[in-house]
Amino acid sequence: MPFQTVILWTDCLIYLLVAVVAATVVYVRGREHLLAPWRRVGHSASGMVGLTVLLLFVAVGLLDSLHYRPRLPASAPAATVAGPPVAKVVYAAEVRSALDALLAPLRARGEKTYSAPLATQLFAMETVERADGTQARDFPRLKYGGAQLKDPAGDWAASVARGLLGGAAAGAVAWFLLALCIAAVAAQRSGLSIRVAWDAIWRGDTATPWRAVLLVLLLLCTLAGATAALAINYHVLGTDKVGQDVLYLTLKSIRTALVIGTLTTLVMLPFALAMGIAAGYFGGWVDDVIQYLYTTLNSIPGVLLIAASVLMMQVFIDRHAELFPTAAQRADVRLLVLCLILGITSWTGLCRLLRGEALKLKELEYIQAAHAFGVRHHRVISRHILPNVMHIVLISVVMEFSGLVLAEAVLSYVGVGVDPSMNSFGTMINNARLEMAREPMVWWSLAAAFVFMVTLVLAANLFADAVRDAFDPRVRTGAALRLRAKALTRAAAA
Amino acid sequence: MIAYILRRLLYAIPILIGVNVVTFGLFFLVNTPDDMARMQLGVKRVTPEAIAGWKQERGYDKPLLYNDKAAGSARLTDTIFFEKSLRMFVFDFGRADDGRDIAREIRLRMGPSLAVALPSFIVGLLIYITCALAFAFFRASYVDFWGVVACVIAMSVSSMFYIIGGQYLIGKLWHLVPISGYTGGPDAWRFIVLPAAVGVISSFGASTRMYRTFFLEEISKDYVRTARAKGLAESAVLFRHVLKNAMIPILTGVVVAIPFLFIGGLITESFFGIPGLGSYTIDAINSQDFVVVRSMVFIGSLLYIAGLLLTDISYTLVDPRVRLS
Repeated sequence: MPFQTVILWTDCLIYLLVAVVAATVVYVRGREHLLAPWRRVGHSASGMVGLTVLLLFVAVGLLDSLHYRPRLPASAPAATVAGPPVAKVVYAAEVRSALDALLAPLRARGEKTYSAPLATQLFAMETVERADGTQARDFPRLKYGGAQLKDPAGDWAASVARGLLGGAAAGAVAWFLLALCIAAVAAQRSGLSIRVAWDAIWRGDTATPWRAVLLVLLLLCTLAGATAALAINYHVLGTDKVGQDVLYLTLKSIRTALVIGTLTTLVMLPFALAMGIAAGYFGGWVDDVIQYLYTTLNSIPGVLLIAASVLMMQVFIDRHAELFPTAAQRADVRLLVLCLILGITSWTGLCRLLRGEALKLKELEYIQAAHAFGVRHHRVISRHILPNVMHIVLISVVMEFSGLVLAEAVLSYVGVGVDPSMNSFGTMINNARLEMAREPMVWWSLAAAFVFMVTLVLAANLFADAVRDAFDPRVRTGAALRLRAKALTRAAAA
Repeated sequence: MIAYILRRLLYAIPILIGVNVVTFGLFFLVNTPDDMARMQLGVKRVTPEAIAGWKQERGYDKPLLYNDKAAGSARLTDTIFFEKSLRMFVFDFGRADDGRDIAREIRLRMGPSLAVALPSFIVGLLIYITCALAFAFFRASYVDFWGVVACVIAMSVSSMFYIIGGQYLIGKLWHLVPISGYTGGPDAWRFIVLPAAVGVISSFGASTRMYRTFFLEEISKDYVRTARAKGLAESAVLFRHVLKNAMIPILTGVVVAIPFLFIGGLITESFFGIPGLGSYTIDAINSQDFVVVRSMVFIGSLLYIAGLLLTDISYTLVDPRVRLS
């Protein structure tokens, strides 16, 4: 094999999460009462737009979660004392991912230091040797950025415009094909012709807001096309201090953000579920103990608890370095621990909600009836309580996500976030912040982190709001009222 | 009332002990003092003597929980748990790694923290409530819609970008106030304005949107309909009825935060170079000063409990239905 697969701990959990999501989809599909709220999510324009963008991020994150170690080119076989020389298979110490393989050109084309987006020269002046042997202070040409240009000053604009337009056009063509596919599927579903379905989509007459989704996809496709076309010859978002391509760093940061946002809730969920339901359902001393536990944990300020735990974890990792053979594994364990600790500080809110709900549910007739029939506690909990608190779990999982992504940046700044060697939005901001004082300013890493982070968090917020509106029975009345008001105004306008 | 407060204070003691046990476990059981010494002295080439000296200097050369070499009550008191953890109850935090008395540092640094956090807190609260009330007044109109859109976008931006943006625009581009630093006395406002403003802006989105939901929830209740049916003007309904009643959920989130004003914003203070408790904590984390971090954990939980108590008391002040018993 040309490579050796590496499964990091977080990869494992990500695969588990994907499996859980897939299983849920299969389970929900056949059950109309579970499908109904999801249909409401599907009808919300902002929610679907958020979901579209989120899925794109998730795709990048998943690609970045397939890790492997490439095989090194066979070195000269070591001459052994007896017998024929044996070619030993050696794998690189560096762990790469499928995303790295896709972006190999971006990763490989490192410059010397800072260069602005789409630049052909380095950002700082250097003493360069002229062809005639004299020395002068000048901006040296980049090794890769715009290297194909013979006369950068004259050809640059035309070259960039060509890349921009060509890429955007290619993106638009891809988008058009995608839109046709969607229209075809919609036509198939409703039994209409593709033409009618296409018109319905653009009139905004479909139950699922395809028009909004397609508009967002158009934006994303043209942007991605233009970026890809330009990235062949340029550093689209510039390079950082050690000359790495900022676009590559940003794309790599997505996985970290997603891992923090999802795995944290995944690892804390079992705790919060077990504790919250037990406290509400059993009451008495169980309730007292669990309440004491979460009040205590809650009263320690989150950042400080995280800081203390991560400091301690760092001591532990340093002391047991032999457990983690590669740097990637060390960084990965730190990421996982960070998720765990963030989970410990954030499970109390969900636990309290679940306790309240279980307290309410256990007084209801159907639970009383179950008790009267002699159903055992664990059956009552798993059959009657658990399904009826799942909407709370789902809402809090999606609502937590964006907060956790933002928290990662802050924690990395404080120095208790992810490993400094790991790409993340937090480390990007932190490194870029130090360059604020430069004149002129190095703004591109900061801008890249800003744009990607805002997009991710905004999409997550929009999706979370749609999910909450669809699943929260309290909000539903409000949403229904709003719908009715909308219908009334529409009727009045007609 | 006093009996209630006393009982709540008594209830705080087991929680504080719990916090103490958690931090003790975190700082002394997960890693022994030897590990900490090795880390601080540098991992390689550390002699056992150096470690012993480091431990003795800081008083870590005692048993963790039970000292069987001592006599009488000293068996329990001459231990790390008693000396380092239980002593915090009388605000004896010991000395930081740079040799300064932590309790004195905390007293000194409370002022600057408060000077930045308090204006930000009060101005912020006024602005958020005003805007939320305006959105609620113009509900289901373009003002409301675009207001909420702006809030959602604003809350999707990391607070660090607000800080960096504020420093760049106001400090570096327009040269209105210094980028960072602090001084006491009447000139302090020049250093306070920027961090306070950034603090207000950075939590604008989330807070305003939340308060708007509170107002809308209140507006859909029956007594509001009654008030309107009596012929009250919409503004009178909002200010006299809705605002007052929505204060109850707002108070829940606000009062609990008051004690934390002493700590101030961790990130804000460290970005703006304000010598408050927040930057003290960040510095301690960066220089791995475990004693200071531990003390701040204790202070933080103390303040949290005080905040909970304040919340309950404030309920009785604003909501006559709530009786403390």
